[in-house]
Amino acid sequence: MDALIPILLTIVTAATPLVLAGIGELLVERAGVLNLGVEGMMIMGAVAGFGAAFVTGSPYLGILASIAAGMAMALLFGFLTLTLATNQTATGLAITLLGLGLSGLIGKPFTGQPITRLPNWDGIDILVVFSFLLAGAVSWFLFRSRAGLIVRAVGDNHTSAHTLGYPVIRVRYLAVLFGGACAGLAGGYLSLSYTPQWIEGMTAGKGWIALALVVFASWRPWRLLAGAYLFGAISILAFTVQTFALGIPSQLLSALPYIVTIVALVIISRNRLMLRANTPACLGRPFVPDR
Amino acid sequence: MKKFLLSAAVAALALGAASASALAADKYKACWVYVGSIGDFGYTYQHDQGRLDVVKALGDKVETAYVENVPESDSATAIERLARDGCKLIFTTSFGFMDATIDVAKKYPDVKFEHATGFKSAENVATYNAKFHEGRYVIGQIAAKMSKTGSAGYIVSFPIPEVVAGINAFMRGAQSVNPDFKIKVIWVNSWFDPAKEADAAKVLFSQGVDILVQHTDSAAGMQVAEEQGKLAFGQASDMIKFGPKAQLTAIVDNWGPYYVRRVQEAMDGTWKTAQSWEGLKEGVVNMAPFTNMPDDVAKAAAETVEGIKAGTVNPFMGKITKQDGTVVGEDGKMLPDADILGMNWYVKGVDDKLPQ
Amino acid sequence: MLILERRVERARLWMWASPVLALVLTIIAGGIIFALAGVDPLHGLYTYFISPLMDGWDREKLIAKAAPLVLIGVGLAVCYTANVWNIGAEGQFVAGALLAGLVPVYFSGWQDASVMAVMLLLGVLGGLLWAMIPAALRVRFHANEILTSLMLVYVVRLAYDWAVRGPLRDPHAMNFPKTVRFDGWQVLPAWGEIHLGAFFALVAALVLYVVMVKMLKGFELRALGSSPRAARFAGFSEHRAVYFVFAVSGALAGLAGACDVMGVSRQLQAPYEPNYGFVAIIVAFLGRLNPIGVIFAGLLLALSYMGGEAAKVSLGVSDNIAKVFQGILLFFILACDTLILYRIRWQGRG
Repeated sequence: MDALIPILLTIVTAATPLVLAGIGELLVERAGVLNLGVEGMMIMGAVAGFGAAFVTGSPYLGILASIAAGMAMALLFGFLTLTLATNQTATGLAITLLGLGLSGLIGKPFTGQPITRLPNWDGIDILVVFSFLLAGAVSWFLFRSRAGLIVRAVGDNHTSAHTLGYPVIRVRYLAVLFGGACAGLAGGYLSLSYTPQWIEGMTAGKGWIALALVVFASWRPWRLLAGAYLFGAISILAFTVQTFALGIPSQLLSALPYIVTIVALVIISRNRLMLRANTPACLGRPFVPDR
Repeated sequence: MKKFLLSAAVAALALGAASASALAADKYKACWVYVGSIGDFGYTYQHDQGRLDVVKALGDKVETAYVENVPESDSATAIERLARDGCKLIFTTSFGFMDATIDVAKKYPDVKFEHATGFKSAENVATYNAKFHEGRYVIGQIAAKMSKTGSAGYIVSFPIPEVVAGINAFMRGAQSVNPDFKIKVIWVNSWFDPAKEADAAKVLFSQGVDILVQHTDSAAGMQVAEEQGKLAFGQASDMIKFGPKAQLTAIVDNWGPYYVRRVQEAMDGTWKTAQSWEGLKEGVVNMAPFTNMPDDVAKAAAETVEGIKAGTVNPFMGKITKQDGTVVGEDGKMLPDADILGMNWYVKGVDDKLPQ
Repeated sequence: MLILERRVERARLWMWASPVLALVLTIIAGGIIFALAGVDPLHGLYTYFISPLMDGWDREKLIAKAAPLVLIGVGLAVCYTANVWNIGAEGQFVAGALLAGLVPVYFSGWQDASVMAVMLLLGVLGGLLWAMIPAALRVRFHANEILTSLMLVYVVRLAYDWAVRGPLRDPHAMNFPKTVRFDGWQVLPAWGEIHLGAFFALVAALVLYVVMVKMLKGFELRALGSSPRAARFAGFSEHRAVYFVFAVSGALAGLAGACDVMGVSRQLQAPYEPNYGFVAIIVAFLGRLNPIGVIFAGLLLALSYMGGEAAKVSLGVSDNIAKVFQGILLFFILACDTLILYRIRWQGRG
């Protein structure tokens, strides 16, 4: 029992960055935009957050900086894909490349420097609490508010949304910026709270897992939360099992979170009607209004 | 017209190139190939600190270059590019570069190569390595003295001999103090994933260990120890900034002296191929200051370091009982180097299984 | 604000002018980046863009580097045309390499032309089988292939890691994670630095070009990609198409993996994360999902890698500057492509 609570707390910290970035991307995809640049926005958030906290001494300013950095990258993505109608997949991957490089350049002076960690209670800090609020708020927004209805309409059929007079491009810009803010915040969580230090490439693929979880969740916020906690729980349990020295290959244990996620997705996906109702039909397709 | 403009632009660019490369003509060029990024604050960072020591020590006489983030499966391109670019001495710093280094060295007999941690050498290829396990013996002793639960958590990357020898040396050190000392091992299957390292550290502490040892690069585990009021050992770099109340000491890679010496030899024309394997005595492996421990423990640790330097103490000296109960080695004699460099078995007392 | 106006047809002029404009913009932006990094901009640009083309060795390396990108990229182009999202080519690549590598490990003495063919076929088979998992999960259970194909990359990497550290390990390699070196017929023939994989890439691109542009199959896949409902009414099977495009892209990625271990590293070693499978996604889109376009896109990406490496070596700029530069280059190319389909106008509000 004594061992259980710290393990649960570890699962919470492992899941939180996935929830933060995933919820943001979920809203973006609901608006019909596929942004594969989550990893790039996340790492920019991590370096900016760390840098601001290092220079000013305040982790809270760090949080703001990480949000701003994520949004700046998202704005660039938005300008290319929404204003210039470039291919979203390729642009997102280019954002990831740029983010990994740029963060390394910016972060050079911060390597090997400590900062004051975000205040927390046994690993629970305001960002953990916020991740739950965020999931709730986005769920409410998408399914209970008029604005959310517009976002979904834009993602499901941009042509008719446009005909109905909704500003498709503006809605998508706002969604993309929100996604950038969330990804940046997730990065900030890594460098300000999870592992409070700056190291090049420290996101180590978390942005990709967040992206996959959006699909796993079939674009529903509470499911994303569940998916992130499932993924986190299996990862941590795999480590715990290793300490029992049962002779199970560690590679198999490390692969478990991925395998379990696939199996869970297969089980969920069998209900095809539910799936179709939730998949944004215009995902990844550029929109240019005819005049 | 368009063609003319294009060729004019090419000519202008070529001119720029010629003028810039003329500047560096008479310097001796030493180059490095890194597997990670110099900003990793771990393995590659320490190699690059060594390169900077060369710049500091030899100043104007030497020019250095490096390529970072070189994938092991296609390292020959990067190594050959350096050889073609005028590098006279090339250090390839990861085990995975071994065969590529040998291949390129055959094509460029006038260029000298140094490969870290490998076992293949040639007329123009030397190898170098560090006896990190010596440091691990010292921290094993400290851990056994400092632990209240008689157990340590051990975070590891991949089961290569250096890592396995490190675990064994640690256990030998710990057992010399407390024969029943236990370790719990977690393989994170990555050299580099700070979040995973932090997770593994938290899991280990939740299992009742009170000291953390790591053979992964980041300071994430140290930070967890600091926060939970536990103890830890740093790896590759001195991590005291991340654990002012947690770090007992750190095993610090210090390639500078070796690099300076070899580059100097190459410039003087006295460079010869060799298999260098140095440790605490030569200063390639250093111990960070002993902190957060009582004076007697620190004093004993310092004595062990002196003993290793003098050759009277060694983790792999004398009879060693393996995990399966068989005994290797003889009293008063060192285990052969090849057995340590290719180590693939645990000493008795390690609760883990190695992939065979 | 900026608005786009759809052109009636693709602008022929911009088809050619857009890459040139992208290049000019990149050169300007690159010059600024180099200047900021303290490098003479002219020298920097020369090193990045021209030096990799200036001598034989560089050109050969360029083609060798482009080969896997093109080989994987053309398969992905077919996939994406049919609106099937295989983003796990990296995993199929590793699966192909792993299966091909079994032969030299278990039959090191097998030395005639047949061993090369068998290894290449095993590579194809490895990639194909690994790609069949997301295909079957999508067809049978409607499981989204973005997630499954991506997650399977991590799974096969770990399986590869286990194999190379365990059963496939070279007993004479001091317990380091590598297999024996491939030798003789187990190694792809090469001309200078260019191995047979480059030839496969060219053939694959040409064959797929014919299939996609001249044959009914291409029409079917495009129809399924652009308007699945209409395509179903025309009697095209979506299920069959999913299997088909996953098989093609997986097989080609697996072949690329086999060629990489047989032509470049001549062994399996861990860790093995060349990331060609991910970069090839960019290549596929940069080539506008056209197999011939993919050849050029693959060469361009390879150039940016070689240029980046040359810049690291001779200018001492960091890997990060090379990555930033690559990102910006891609932005300009993608943005300039817009000009082919659209006219850009400035419009005041109102």
